[in-house]
Amino acid sequence: MDAAHLSGSGVVIVGDTTATSPEIAAVRAVLEQVVDPEIPVLTIDDIGILRGIEFEGSTVVVTITPTYSGCPAMDLIKDEVTSALGAAGYDAVDIRTVFSPAWTTDWMSPEAKRKLSEYGIAPPQSTGAERAPVLCPRCSAATTHIVSEFGSTACKALLVCDACGEPFDYFKEI
Amino acid sequence: MTGSEPVVAREPQGPTGEVEATLLTYLLRHADDNLVLAQRLGEWISNGPELEEDIALANVGIDFLGQARAIYTYAAGAEGAGRTEDDLAMLRPEREFTNCLLVEQPNGDFAHTMARQLFFDVYQLSLWDALSRSDDVTLAGIAAKALKEARYHFRHSSMWVIRLGDGTEESHRRMQDGVDAMWRFTAELFTGDAVDAVMVDQGIGVDPATFAAAWRDRIDEVLAAGTLRVPEDPYQRMGGRTGFHTEHLGHLLSELQWMQRTYPGLEW
Repeated sequence: MDAAHLSGSGVVIVGDTTATSPEIAAVRAVLEQVVDPEIPVLTIDDIGILRGIEFEGSTVVVTITPTYSGCPAMDLIKDEVTSALGAAGYDAVDIRTVFSPAWTTDWMSPEAKRKLSEYGIAPPQSTGAERAPVLCPRCSAATTHIVSEFGSTACKALLVCDACGEPFDYFKEI
Repeated sequence: MTGSEPVVAREPQGPTGEVEATLLTYLLRHADDNLVLAQRLGEWISNGPELEEDIALANVGIDFLGQARAIYTYAAGAEGAGRTEDDLAMLRPEREFTNCLLVEQPNGDFAHTMARQLFFDVYQLSLWDALSRSDDVTLAGIAAKALKEARYHFRHSSMWVIRLGDGTEESHRRMQDGVDAMWRFTAELFTGDAVDAVMVDQGIGVDPATFAAAWRDRIDEVLAAGTLRVPEDPYQRMGGRTGFHTEHLGHLLSELQWMQRTYPGLEW
């Protein structure tokens, strides 16, 4: 993708996290340290919050998107991006928030889903189909049931495994 | 509240002046709906009927708060008068709030809250779906995101209305009471006015009357699944969109705005 392009909905998306110039790659490496404060096994890139990196002159422009409209972690994530880049010598940092295209769990990489599962959170299923049985992240049983559509954060639901009896979070597909 | 400003700029939309002022009015009514309902849902925190539900209501509320912030931020920028999202939320008096009357109704018992939520969630499913196709790219972006959240809200509220309606004699009675009490505030949702007409004309907004039938079909379906009766009471209250509220909004705002009114500019 180009550094700036038009998406199908006509919204300008700035930057591209997959761009490979050495300068961008260096920033990207720094941002690997910034994790989701609620789910510290995932970086903001893993989870799809990081939407773009580019330079405007000497200013690093980092574009992020909230998972949910009301995600209370966004301000903390901005602080952490600024401080990680500051520690790496990037003094001029501009963080921009976009709402479009709307964040989806489909952006999460297979590696991110594996890390989630190991952490004890059942990873999101693909958004295209009806929800299949959610596998227990502890014992892999498919006999689980939902306790509440809303869990410890906006992005999770609470389930219980009927086989091992453990309650667990499911990262909702959205 | 700071941060989360969408940076995508709205494309020029023809004549300025009147249209810009109408857009501001239009944005504020939808932002006000979300803020007021977020505040009501927040009142449940630590008072939920069970722990999971306490968390669910807070989660739904925070979605509404986030949507309100996005719209207020956009409105503040569109107004260009130096006001911020905080000023719009915290420093406007009751008569300037143009939320619908439904969202300001007191929580009542849990069944009242779920009836209010179901009616509003189904309305928003259609509203956000239509606005996600708005020519106004900023509004379309906010709406497309909100639509995904609204689907979860509906899943939650419809599940409870059915469960309580089709539950015990006591839960059925209370769920029916909730539906009956909130019904009189539903026609307002679908009563378009001159503001809607201008927005439709500009390709920005939607006439809410166009999704009244879809709303009713879906509500009938959920109420039937919950063995609940559709109210026959023809009496309907209106006025929210022009700032004439029920007595409840002033009390809600006095709590919501107290800090900024008492200590202007306070931050922490």
